[in-house]
Amino acid sequence: MDNKLPESFGWSWVEADMAKSKKDNLAPLHLHIPEPKFRPGDVADFSDIIIPAVDVHPRPDEHVLPADIHPLAYGLVRVLDENHQATGSWNPGLDVATLQVMLRKMLLLRAFDDRMFRAQRQGKTSFYMKSFGEEATSVAATMALDFNDMCFPSYRQQGILITRDYPLVDMMNQIYSNRGDRLKGRQLPIMYSAKDYGFFSLSGNLTTQYPQAVGWAMASASRGDTRISAVWCGDGSTSEGDFHNALTFAAVYNAPVIFQVVNNQWAISSFSGFAGSERTTFAARAIGYGIAGLRVDGNDALAVYAAMQWAANRARNNGGPTLIEYFTYRGEGHSTSDDPGAYRAAEEYALWPLGDPVTRLKDHLIAIGAWGDAEHDALIIELSEYVKTIQKEAEQNGILGHGLHHPFETMFEDVFEEMPWHLKEQCAQMLEEQQDKFGSNWKAR
Amino acid sequence: MSGPAMKTMNMIEAINSALDIMLAKDPDVVIMGEDVGYFGGVFRATAGLQAKHGKTRVFDTPISECGIIGVGVGMAAYGLRPVPEIQFADYIYPGLDQLVSEAARLRYRSANDFICPMTVRSPFGGGIFGGQTHSQSPESLFTHVCGIKTVIPATPYDAKGLLIAAIEDNDPVVFFEPKRIYNGPFSGYYDRPVEPWSKHEGSAVPDEYYRIELGKAAVVREGEAVTVLTYGTMVHVVKAVVAEHGIDAEIIDLRTLLPLDIETIEASVKKTGRCMVVHEATRTSGFGAELAAQVQERCFYHLEAPVERVTGFDTPYPHSLEWAYFPGPVRLARAFDKIMKD
Repeated sequence: MDNKLPESFGWSWVEADMAKSKKDNLAPLHLHIPEPKFRPGDVADFSDIIIPAVDVHPRPDEHVLPADIHPLAYGLVRVLDENHQATGSWNPGLDVATLQVMLRKMLLLRAFDDRMFRAQRQGKTSFYMKSFGEEATSVAATMALDFNDMCFPSYRQQGILITRDYPLVDMMNQIYSNRGDRLKGRQLPIMYSAKDYGFFSLSGNLTTQYPQAVGWAMASASRGDTRISAVWCGDGSTSEGDFHNALTFAAVYNAPVIFQVVNNQWAISSFSGFAGSERTTFAARAIGYGIAGLRVDGNDALAVYAAMQWAANRARNNGGPTLIEYFTYRGEGHSTSDDPGAYRAAEEYALWPLGDPVTRLKDHLIAIGAWGDAEHDALIIELSEYVKTIQKEAEQNGILGHGLHHPFETMFEDVFEEMPWHLKEQCAQMLEEQQDKFGSNWKAR
Repeated sequence: MSGPAMKTMNMIEAINSALDIMLAKDPDVVIMGEDVGYFGGVFRATAGLQAKHGKTRVFDTPISECGIIGVGVGMAAYGLRPVPEIQFADYIYPGLDQLVSEAARLRYRSANDFICPMTVRSPFGGGIFGGQTHSQSPESLFTHVCGIKTVIPATPYDAKGLLIAAIEDNDPVVFFEPKRIYNGPFSGYYDRPVEPWSKHEGSAVPDEYYRIELGKAAVVREGEAVTVLTYGTMVHVVKAVVAEHGIDAEIIDLRTLLPLDIETIEASVKKTGRCMVVHEATRTSGFGAELAAQVQERCFYHLEAPVERVTGFDTPYPHSLEWAYFPGPVRLARAFDKIMKD
């Protein structure tokens, strides 16, 4: 060897070691690749999930120091007990009318999801994503905010729009990318934007909304405004750098922002272990940043409401950010593009120990004598019919791929405020192509 | 007749003046970045601004370019007009997704529901012995992205007027400041004494507010023999070489790369019949490739020689061999020889 070290270094062992890098006297290293407990063909068993009783960790004062509530990042905020009663210090004490609205919104969301999923299967659009099983994490959370608070959603929070009474027909027009689509057919279905409803434009890239929500909250604080922001992401996308950058900025500037992680256990086919859930909870990420962290039963709509209300009050009183983990379960596939039967055990949702959020809220209303099975069934039918009626209205504006889209030249609008020359040139070229393709009267199409 | 009060400024002072004026003029303007607050920036571009305008208008940030730009997008969505500084253009990459997928797309994807009037300032370019992580010229990454404007000044006068126009623009702008010429124009002869800005006409800067429209190039030298398209530091290097060799070149300082001032370019190349493209950035897929393509598409039958590219080499920016890398007087002289012979 040319690069032999001089003997005088006393390092002649280096040469031998380089030739044989593995030491016989040490146990070999091994790489851990996380594996979910159950795969197709298995029967899921969730008996190892610890479900603490209501109020094991009572509701602290909203001005509490984050360091004094670390157990809340590992526990589980719950309100509804085994007898469907709202109990404990976290009970938000909502009146019957509000509870009925909450149930109605969750059922409307479910009806909307069912209808739109079916529309995709019928070839009326390219893509859809349901929020089945995690409706409470958008509906109940939004109800605890003021209408003027700004929501920065991820892709499964259509419940925010439904809770804020955004027109369903506009949601459907967007899903169909038709001529009524407010977003001019530019975005993948469900990537809504509704500034007037406090709903930030969905990107499609994951967790980019996290630092943006912090920036919005910082702007609000710097202006002496009273509005706060709330942002959602999934368990999987907490791995993105944006998540950690956002928490750093929020902690540094004590921004009035509420971070929510919808831990529905699955990121397409990757279980939450690939985001670190084998080591700690997602709520516990807050501890390292010195902000408040709450882990919440995401299928208990009242617990979701209570946690959000606590965090919103805290933020609005300059108490700073909170990270909330909603422990829930993605009841169906990630989207219309995957089959969960190919990567996880069947019946997992039916066996989920925290139940179904709609059923639990319904059972609570029945338990307090404010609801009945017959009323519930009638409401499901009513909402389903309502969604169908709206769907017919939306389809008057067209479905994807059937010609009733926005005019061709809109493709070039809104890249910039004013269209520069190169886009004008390219627009003219595209219009000529349409003429070649469809003939001289193509504009009539 | 009295015009506006003029001052002699270097490029840092001109940028500082633009920021000061915009902070005073528009309460929505917010400046943030690493070390920009109390300290006033590593290049002093924000010196004195926090003391004058307050901590919520000019403040330091965590060392997180993704966070800085992402927070800027959120502030813009709220209605502010953020002007973040990325300390060196070489550090902009962690913030690239927030620029490319978010800032640049927000207006389009939301059909004007949300906009992003944000100007990202960043010192760029080499010639200061900055090594591979303090010398890069990544402008073509941004011109390749639809929805971002890319602006590069070459004089203090232009820096102030362009920066004010960028901040007032309702779309995201990447504003690259050629740090080699912060304190004086550069001839390309690194072994000669640095000439101060005070000897250059571009250092006469009005004290007050003025704008230079984005998308308009400047003909900095009229000529008949060959058109040179360039920007930033290289404007001054080209001028020095042209003067030294007595070449009757028409030198165009593009000032804004996107939107590009194609009319000025086309008229000049049709007049001279020759075109040279000069930038410090690496050659392959550099902005010069776009310029060469535009020129041959529009001026092919007027060209008497192939379009010549003079650029940095396709290597990381080397530390000790900086002056062998830099497209200096020798590389330019050889290119002029070639294009004038053809």
